[in-house]
Amino acid sequence: MSTTRSPSTLPEGLAPDAPGPTGSQDQSEIFNGTAQVGALKDSRSRDGNDVRDVPAFVFGEELADLADVDPRVVVLTADLARANRANDFAARHPSRFVNVGIAEKNMISVAAGMASCGYVPFAATFASFAALLGCEQIRTDCAYPRMPVRVVGHHSGMSMGFYGTSHHSLEDLGLMRCIADLTVVCATDANHLRAVLRASLDHPGAMYIRLGRGRDPEVYPEVPTIEIGTAVRLREGTDLTILTTGTQVRACLDAAEQLDAAGVSTRVVDVFTVKPLDVEEVLAAARDTSAVLVVEEGNVSNGLGTAVGEVLLEAGTTGVRFRRHGVPDEHVPVGPPAALYAHYRLDADGVTAVAQDLLR
Amino acid sequence: MQRTTEAGTTEARPAAAGGLADGAAEQDQRLHEHLRDRARFIRTETVRLARIAGAGHYSSVFSAAELLSVLYYDQLRIDPGAPRAPGRDRVVLGKGHIAIGLYPVLANLGYFPPSDLDTYTRLGSPFGDHPDMKKVAGVDFSSGSLGHGLSIAAGMALAGRLSGLPYRTWAVLGDGELCEGQVWEAAMTASHYRLGRLVAVVDANQLSIDGFVSDVMAVEPVEERFAAFGWQTCRVDGHDVAALRACFRSLPDQDDGPPLLVVADTVKGRGVARMELSPDWHVGNLSGQDYDDVLAELAGGLSPSGPGGTEPRTDGAAR
Repeated sequence: MSTTRSPSTLPEGLAPDAPGPTGSQDQSEIFNGTAQVGALKDSRSRDGNDVRDVPAFVFGEELADLADVDPRVVVLTADLARANRANDFAARHPSRFVNVGIAEKNMISVAAGMASCGYVPFAATFASFAALLGCEQIRTDCAYPRMPVRVVGHHSGMSMGFYGTSHHSLEDLGLMRCIADLTVVCATDANHLRAVLRASLDHPGAMYIRLGRGRDPEVYPEVPTIEIGTAVRLREGTDLTILTTGTQVRACLDAAEQLDAAGVSTRVVDVFTVKPLDVEEVLAAARDTSAVLVVEEGNVSNGLGTAVGEVLLEAGTTGVRFRRHGVPDEHVPVGPPAALYAHYRLDADGVTAVAQDLLR
Repeated sequence: MQRTTEAGTTEARPAAAGGLADGAAEQDQRLHEHLRDRARFIRTETVRLARIAGAGHYSSVFSAAELLSVLYYDQLRIDPGAPRAPGRDRVVLGKGHIAIGLYPVLANLGYFPPSDLDTYTRLGSPFGDHPDMKKVAGVDFSSGSLGHGLSIAAGMALAGRLSGLPYRTWAVLGDGELCEGQVWEAAMTASHYRLGRLVAVVDANQLSIDGFVSDVMAVEPVEERFAAFGWQTCRVDGHDVAALRACFRSLPDQDDGPPLLVVADTVKGRGVARMELSPDWHVGNLSGQDYDDVLAELAGGLSPSGPGGTEPRTDGAAR
C-alpha cells in the first residue's frame, strides 16, 4: 500500500493491512517457486519472511516418484515449471516433460492427444488460465472423449493477491463442475496433494485438480488415504457443519476451535471432491446439525456452496440454516492474500464470525 | 489400405488384383482410377447421409474427397480389424465437419457394417455431424471445435516418439480453420519439438462460412507462414489423386525433423456445379429432384478438368 495514501481514502469497506516489508507476504515465489534462486545474502530479499519452513509444492517431486514406477505419467506446463515445480519432474524425467510455452489451450489439447495414446498427462498452469482460458479444451478434448488428462490449476482463488483479477480464479469451480464427465478435486495441503496425485493415476476420465499456492498450511500431517468422491470428516460436531474445500480447510478447522470454545459444537468436512459431490455427507450434515455453512475460496456463484444448496433443496431439507460463504459476486480489490482473506472473512476469525451470524 | 469392398458390392482393389504382367504405370493408372472412384463414393454417400439428417456439410466434404480417398485407400498404415492398434497411423480431423464423408470410408474399409450408417444423426446414433472417437471405430479423436486438431495431433506425435512407435499422425485442417490462434500455438510446438512424423494437410478450399477466406480473414501465404514457423511445406492440386499420392509418398518419414505441411489447393463444393465456390452450401439440404440431379451429376466422378468454376481463384486477394 502506498504510504502517501491514508486509510481514510480507502474504498468503503476496506480495512488497512500492515505496510511492507515486515507485514508483507512473499509474492515472488509465485513465479519462482520456493527454491532459492540466485545468491542473495538475505533470505528476506525475496520474501518478507523466511521461506525455509514454508511447505513447498510437492507437485513435481511426487509426480517424478510416481513416474519412476508408472510409464504413463507425463507432465506438461505452459512456461510455469518454476512456479508449479514441474521442473522437479523435468529434472528426473526430461523426455516425459513438455513445456509448450505460453500457450495454455494448446497445452491442454496436446495433453489430450497424448492421453489418447495411452499416457496420463498432468497439464499444469495457473488456475485462471487452465480453467478459464482452457475451459473449452477441457470440455471438448478431455471430458467429452473421457481422456485421462489431469488439468492442474494452481495458485487458485485469489491466492495471487495483488497480481489481480487476471491472475485470480474465482470462477473455476463453477465452470468446471458444470462440465459432464469431469471430476473436480481440490488439494488441501501438500500431503493431500500427494494423495490426490496418487489416486488420480487410475481414476477414469478427465480431472480438474485445483491447487492452492503451495504454501497452504498443513491439515494432514501424513499422506492421507483418500477415495475420490468421498469427503473427509475432519472434526465432529453437533450444532454446525462447515463443508469446505482446498485452501479453506485449515481456516475452517481453526474457526471450529474458536466456535467450540464459544459453545458451538462444530463439524468440519473436507469436501475435496467437488464433483462428483459426496451427497451422503451433505445430507448427513443437514440431518445431524441444524446449520450448514459452506466455505470456499471462490465466487459463491455456482461453486461448492451452490452445489450443496442444490442437494439440500432437492432433498426437501427444511429447518436447517444454510449459508454459502466465499467471495461475493465481484472483482476483488488489490491486496496481499492475507489481507484479502481477512477482508472477505475467509480467515479463521472471519469464518467464525460468519458462522456466528448464521447461528444468530 | 487392403480392404476396399464397397457396401453391397464385391469390387476388388484393382492395383492389388493386378497381374504380374501389368506394368507399373498401368498399375498406377488403375489405382488412380480406383482412388477417383472412392472420391466419387465419398461424395455420393455424403449426399445420401445428408438426406437422412435433413442437412449436411456437403461442400466441405467435396473439397476434401480426393484427400480422404488417397489417405485412407493408399497412404495410411491402418487395420480395420485392430482399430486401436498402438502402432497405427493416426488421423485427426481438425475440420471435424467432414465426418459425414469419413464414415462411409470407415464402413467401406470394414470398421463397422455399412448398414450402421442408416442411423446417421438419428437419436442415439454413434454417427453425428462431428466424429466421436468413443462411438465410432476408426475415429482417432473426437473433433468439431476448429483449431484444436493440430494440438491433438502434436500430442499424438509426441506420444509416438515417447513410445518408440514410428507411426505418422495426420491432421486435416481447413484453410478457414487457420484463423484460430491455437493452430499457430501448435505449429510452434510441432517445430520446437521437431515432430517429423506429424503431417498437416490443409484443405485450402478457399471458403469459410461467410465467404472467401481471403475476404473474411486472409490466411495466405499459408506455405510461407508455416515455413516461418519451422515447417517443411509443399503445395499440390488437392483434386488430382495422382499428384496427392505422389506428394504424400514423397514426404520424409522420420522423427526428429521439421513437421510437414501439405497445402492442397481445392474447390469447396467440387463436383457439383451449383455448390462450387458457393457460400450457400456450407450446410445445405437437397430434396426431391435436386437430390436426384446432384446424385446424377456425381455419378460419373470428376471430369479431368472439372465442371465450370473449378479453377482456384488466383487474384491478388487469394494469394
